Amino acid sequence: MKFAVILFPGSNCDVDMYHAVIDGIGEEAVYVRHDETSLEGMDAVLLPGGFSYGDYLRGGAIAHLAPIMSEVQRFAEEGKPVLGVCNGFQILLESRLLPGAMRRNEGLHFICRTVTLKVEEADTMFTTGYDKGEHIRIPVAHGEGSYYCSEDQLEELQEENRILFTYDDNINGSVGSIAGITNEQGNVLGMMPHPERAVEKLLGSDDGLRLFTSIVKQWRENHAATT
Amino acid sequence: MQLLHEPSAEKIQEDKLYHDMGVKDDEFVSITDILGRLPNYTELGLFSVMWSEHCSYKNSKVLLRKFPVEGPRVLQGPGEGAGVIDIDDEQAVVFKIESHNHPSAVEPYEGAATGVGGIIRDVFSMGARPVALLNSLRFGELGSGRVNYLFEGVTAGISGYGNCVGIPTVGGEVQFDPCYEGNPLVNAMCVGLIDHADIQKGQAKGIGNPVLYVGASTGRDGIHGATFASEELSEDSESKRPAVQVGDPFMEKLLIEACLEAVRHPKLVGIQDMGAAGLTSSSAEMASKAGSGITMNLDLVPQREQHMTPYEMMLSESQERMLLVVEKGSEQEFYDIFARWGLHAVNVGEVTDDKRLTLLHEGKTAADVPVDALAEEAPVYHQPSQEPERFARFQQMNYRPEVTDYAAVLESLLQQPTIASKEWVYDQYDYMVRTNTVVQPGSDSAVLRLRGTDKALAMTTDCNSRFLYLDPYEGGKRAVVEAARNIAASGGEPLGVTDCLNYGSPENPEIFWELERSTDGLSEACRELEAPVVGGNVSLYNETAKGAVYPTPVIGMVGLIHHLDHITTQHVKQAGDDVYFLGRITPDFAGSELQKLQEGSIFGPVREVDLQQEKAWIAGVLEAVRTGISSAHDISEGGTACALAEKLFGTTLGMEIDLPHDDTLAALFAEGTNGYLLTAPASQREALAAAVPGLERIGQVTDENRLIIRSSSGENVINTEAAQLEDSWRGAIACALKSKV
Repeated sequence: MKFAVILFPGSNCDVDMYHAVIDGIGEEAVYVRHDETSLEGMDAVLLPGGFSYGDYLRGGAIAHLAPIMSEVQRFAEEGKPVLGVCNGFQILLESRLLPGAMRRNEGLHFICRTVTLKVEEADTMFTTGYDKGEHIRIPVAHGEGSYYCSEDQLEELQEENRILFTYDDNINGSVGSIAGITNEQGNVLGMMPHPERAVEKLLGSDDGLRLFTSIVKQWRENHAATT
Repeated sequence: MQLLHEPSAEKIQEDKLYHDMGVKDDEFVSITDILGRLPNYTELGLFSVMWSEHCSYKNSKVLLRKFPVEGPRVLQGPGEGAGVIDIDDEQAVVFKIESHNHPSAVEPYEGAATGVGGIIRDVFSMGARPVALLNSLRFGELGSGRVNYLFEGVTAGISGYGNCVGIPTVGGEVQFDPCYEGNPLVNAMCVGLIDHADIQKGQAKGIGNPVLYVGASTGRDGIHGATFASEELSEDSESKRPAVQVGDPFMEKLLIEACLEAVRHPKLVGIQDMGAAGLTSSSAEMASKAGSGITMNLDLVPQREQHMTPYEMMLSESQERMLLVVEKGSEQEFYDIFARWGLHAVNVGEVTDDKRLTLLHEGKTAADVPVDALAEEAPVYHQPSQEPERFARFQQMNYRPEVTDYAAVLESLLQQPTIASKEWVYDQYDYMVRTNTVVQPGSDSAVLRLRGTDKALAMTTDCNSRFLYLDPYEGGKRAVVEAARNIAASGGEPLGVTDCLNYGSPENPEIFWELERSTDGLSEACRELEAPVVGGNVSLYNETAKGAVYPTPVIGMVGLIHHLDHITTQHVKQAGDDVYFLGRITPDFAGSELQKLQEGSIFGPVREVDLQQEKAWIAGVLEAVRTGISSAHDISEGGTACALAEKLFGTTLGMEIDLPHDDTLAALFAEGTNGYLLTAPASQREALAAAVPGLERIGQVTDENRLIIRSSSGENVINTEAAQLEDSWRGAIACALKSKV
């Protein structure tokens, strides 16, 4: 399976994403620059964390206008997996691939620490490796990670089982303690915590690994079905 | 047209206007002799920054020569952007520490942020990929509005810059003492990785080769920053705010990636950061090191503002700029590299053979001076030295605190901001990005694995300046020993040192005495522990009207961990493990946290540091690590009792300890020789006893979350719930910040 790691000026978790795929699950990964226009041959897209375009204006606000993003849009519409983490999540919000917006953390400080998340849905292409209700340890590192959406949107997310992860301790003041959500089709996941930083016991946790293996498992099933 | 506002050479001499730039009378005479004429305003500006203490080390050079700078692993000692040490397999580690004290005192956020930016550029200008940041911070006592503001601003600045640029801030230290009230210390260290083949030098070789300017454009910010850094802080310092630069970490991130591509290009000749003294120091130093000259056309320098004068352009310390020399004819290849990262590279001049820095501006020669005179021929001063009266007085003192409730004292000590958890600080730093951080902030050293190998690097910054204030010589030794202990306790073999010497004015004989004595101590300890000094920085004039800071030579040390399974942290791992003490209890309380707590000040003599013994203990700890242990922790501020408590924090375990000395007070809280606390499974008992001489078994890890300490007569002197101690320790800094006065 071939993962595209999208590289914006100012991305800085690109290397972490790349290694999570290459070393963590032993699949193929390539970098695709912001100014490219094709995702030909890619099976999944990873939007890494960082400070694309220096977070100027707002996190993700400029990145969503990059040439590659219209291709990511098309890729998503085809139902292929797209994962945006941290700044990648912000870019998905700015692109309207996911609903809602991001505010500064409640305490107005950047927060870097490993937190406990609750897996709310195990029946999605990103979470089949987890048990519903399971608690997993995944690092966060963000200053603008307080997820916001309207009450109607929250209701919709809840009804459609699109909230995949919530914080056990709502560190940043997110609406509904939301840490990660999907789009209606369930193939685009945005989350503030960094699963790619939790793929090795040596570094403290490998609870993020199953998110990547879930994507691969789903892809293989689809692939087997169509070929 | 701006030139009209600049005074003429004659006027400068007549009205002694050079004093405003920090140039002394005899220095002005030397400059006139070197040029064979009076310098014009621009030329005087060049000399004033290059001859400032910050750039020339004119007051500290005589002392820096004492440092051991060579060793079998040293690939590059002091003199380049950063030191380089071999770590086997054709890899090397590059590291350096630098101060940004004065800018942070007037503008904490930008001061700290640009300190981080500058040290990163020093490391990647060597061709290395920056992989970690550390810092060492000193503030006055928390609680006053100004101190809280500086502390919060500096933390935010480091966080804002480091997180954005994508280099993990993995470690550091923060201490609080009234002497830093008006003059905080902000030292930033960067560690990089490089393959031997890629090591670069900042040299302008090859007559006719083009000089490329890359990165941000030049503005009027930071003019005379180096001069500002070389004078005392005063009430007027607020007016020096324009001398503080403004950072753009996004630009830095692009610059890192582009420059790391450029350094792998075979046609790159030399590269250097435009740091302190900006365009002046980078061009003069690159030419001087190569024995060449440089001619630059300043009209071509990218400018952020209109009508900038040569003086302003040359002295600007605008951030995120680099100077490159490349082979003639290859310019376009470099333009392309930078364009890929959205950056401009501009040809602003060329390498010449006349050993002069020649600046052209609007068709005229704006300056024409010998490069060696700027870079190498700054005056060297050996300032007079005088032992302060306090030193002899301290030697006569004999202090012993009175303690009745040991548990209460332990809890109070753990709440002292210097000892308390620094989580409030490092929670704001992204210490995990690039996913190599094995040991996160909060243990003795930070540890980064080297991806694709079985090796890891341990790194730390240390300096307990209280001991240096009491006795700069022994205190200097202790600073190095402390760093080495932290490296060893993490499983690392000390490789080398970068030092940041923060002192008051060297023109005060008593301060110069501190400098002399402490650099003697530092040199001796580095020599004995075989940790050569491969680079560093000197920051003098750290004083305000209230006085100078304590002598604070911050030691940045890097160690090599040969196997990943040797990585060791300070926290206990499992119930049933034995607890060991390696070291010696001595009844020393001078300079201790307990003395400060009880007396409100520090005084008394510092015990002589036995370097041979320290070396043996370091070897012992490393042997224990190889034999197999669960944890190791160095005993420092707050003594053995605090170190024992710290071993439990973050766990649900406890310990039962029998103190290894009859003097209960000393065994609990003294900050004398002390040593290390180790834990290991009982099955290792015989192997450890055979491998590590002097290891004393003092207790056991238990599964009840209590710290129980018994005196040598068997009496329970501390029996406290560990969670309660942990709460006090963890919440102290946040609490001190809330109680704003």
